[in-house]
Parts: sequence; C-alpha cells; structure tokens
Amino acid sequence: MPRRPQPSVRELMVELALYAVLVVGYLSGVLLLIDDRVAELAVETGVLYAVVALALIVGQGFLLDIVVENLLRFVRSWMNGR
Amino acid sequence: MDFAISGEVIHPAYLVTVGFVIGALGGFFGVGGSFLAGPALFAVGVPMNYVVGTDMAHITGKSIVAARHHRALGNVDIKLGLLMVIGTVIGVEVGAQAIEALERRGNVEVPVGISFTVILLAVSALIAWESWRTIRQGRALRAPKPPTLVDITSLSHVTRKVHAIRIPPMISLPASGIPAISLWVILGVALVGGVFAGFLGGGAGYVRMPMLVYLIGAPTHVAVGTDLFEIVISAGYGTFTHALKGNVDIIIALVMHTGAAIGAQIGVQLTRHFSGPRIRLAFVPLPLIGAAVVIYKLLTGTEVG
Repeated sequence: MPRRPQPSVRELMVELALYAVLVVGYLSGVLLLIDDRVAELAVETGVLYAVVALALIVGQGFLLDIVVENLLRFVRSWMNGR
Repeated sequence: MDFAISGEVIHPAYLVTVGFVIGALGGFFGVGGSFLAGPALFAVGVPMNYVVGTDMAHITGKSIVAARHHRALGNVDIKLGLLMVIGTVIGVEVGAQAIEALERRGNVEVPVGISFTVILLAVSALIAWESWRTIRQGRALRAPKPPTLVDITSLSHVTRKVHAIRIPPMISLPASGIPAISLWVILGVALVGGVFAGFLGGGAGYVRMPMLVYLIGAPTHVAVGTDLFEIVISAGYGTFTHALKGNVDIIIALVMHTGAAIGAQIGVQLTRHFSGPRIRLAFVPLPLIGAAVVIYKLLTGTEVG
C-alpha cells in the first residue's frame, strides 16, 4: 500500500463524518436485513455462522475503509476540478 | 436493544462508547484492549463465554481499521508481524497448556498470578523510568519527527546486546530499520507475549509492544502499527474458533465497532503528534491495568479479558 499523504484536521473530520455515516448505514443494513437470519445460524450451523461472523466484522472494518478512501479521493478530485 | 444471539439487552450507546474508547487506545498504543472490553461487557451481564468471543470479534474489526491507517503512515512491518504470529500462536498454546498442567499438580494459580503481577509492575516501572529519562535528557526533542525508522531509547544498549545474538538464520527488517536480527529472537519475543496472552486472555499487547521496542529495536510507531497488524491475524483466528464454539455475539461486536472504528482512526492520527518516548510514557498505565486484571482474577476466580 503506498503511503498516503497525511490529512489535515479538516480532511480528517470529513473522513470521520463520512465513515460514521457509512458504518451506521452498514450496521442498520445488517440489523434490518440479516439480524434474524444470523441469530438462527448461530444456533443451527456453527461453521457457517463462524464464516458469516468473520465476514461481517472484516467487511465492516476493511470494506468500509476502502469505500471511504475512494469516496474521499473522488471528492478531492471533484473539488480540485471545480 | 435486544441481542438475540447472547440473549442480552444492552443500550447501544454504551457499546458504541466502550468501543470508541478502546478504539482510540488501540490506535494510539497498538493494543487490542481486551483488558477494558472484557470487564465492560461482563459489567452489563454478558455471559463470560460470550465476553471472550465477542471481544475477539470486535478487536479484529478495530485492529483492521487501525492497522490500515498505520500502514498508510508507514508504521507497519509486515515481515516482522507475520513472523511474530508464529511465535504468538505457539506461545498462547504453551501458556494455556502450562497453566493446565500446573493446575493438575495443584493450586498454582496464586504463585503464577503473583509472578505475572510482579512482571507487569516491573514492565510498567521500566517503561516509566526509561521514557521519563529519555524525555528529561532532551533526546526526544532532537529525535526526528515521525514517521521515522529512528527512535531513541535509554535502553539502546539492551537492544544492541539482543542484536549481537547471531544464532542463524539472521534476517533483515528494512521496514523497522534493522539490518540483521536472529529469527529466534523474534520468535522468542512473540512466544513470551503469547504465553502472557495464554494465561491472561486477550492479546497481551501491553507486554508485546514494549518488547518490540526495547528488545527487537523497532521504532515505537512501527511497534504500535506492527502489533496491530499481528492482532488482526491472531484475533481473526480467535474470532473464527470462538464462533465455531458459539461464543460470539457478532451483532454486539458490530455495534461496538461503530464506535471503535472512529476511535481507532483518531488514535492513529494522534501518534503523528507524539514522539516515541512520549507514546511510551503514556503507555505506562496499561501494564498496570493488566496487573489489576490478574489480581481481580486471583481474588474472584473470574476471567475479565
């Protein structure tokens, strides 16, 4: 991974706000769409539940970070283009 | 909020706040934070088996965010982290097996617990003395601004002696600025950290991070980032095995992670504004918390992390 330029306080605030919105959206999505199914899996099938649990936490940690990074890159290029 | 998997009702704001605090500490110090997350979950009535597994899951997510941001700052030595994983896994197993074997012979929990407490107090005192001395000597002020591969400690003579151990294979760690170090030293350090983790639960980052700095010779910022990278792998493995045993309430972990992810990013960014000795000085209370965990366990017979 190439070393990213260090963000200013303002950029960091924007990044954190964007991240907060996405992470709450992700959690809401999980709660609304698959909460019950995940609870059933936890009781019924250990292996599948383990895979799903790991995927959910890795998804929240890894994918959201990548999405935010790319969104910020897009916003920066859009701002520079104006 | 009703968490169906563990059958608990917990206010999500509590979980988000706990996650935020642990995330910020983890991002800044490179520790998992189970010594806080464990008691925090236990305090609201989460059964102990779910405490341990759910804590692992939340730590995995938080460490991914923190490690990614540390890597972006150039603070992760992946080669060192991967080698450490090997020693840590063996150490955790050795620690757990040793405790079981000792327990079969009789009640050894008290003498072992007291020994660990003394070690943790000594680690805390050593870091306090070293970092305070380095800062007072004004050497920290002359140290280059992070990120850098140069760090100044008052225990550099110890690091030099460790580097003088020439048992092959010797390996280089360019990301940490270490030209040659014995593989056995790295595995040994990771093994010791793993034994602590096996006995105390959690990741025992409060022991591993100082060893990375003083024994391996990694700059403090790289030690923090590399420790987090290692935690991603070991806690991810722990999450999977605990989930197989039905010990993970992943929804609690996801709620905690909403706060932890934000806290971790703030913690990582804060490391940019502190020199290595100042981070180490702020680190001093963490082994003390580890000692408190051991004392609590000895007094009550209850795991808290």
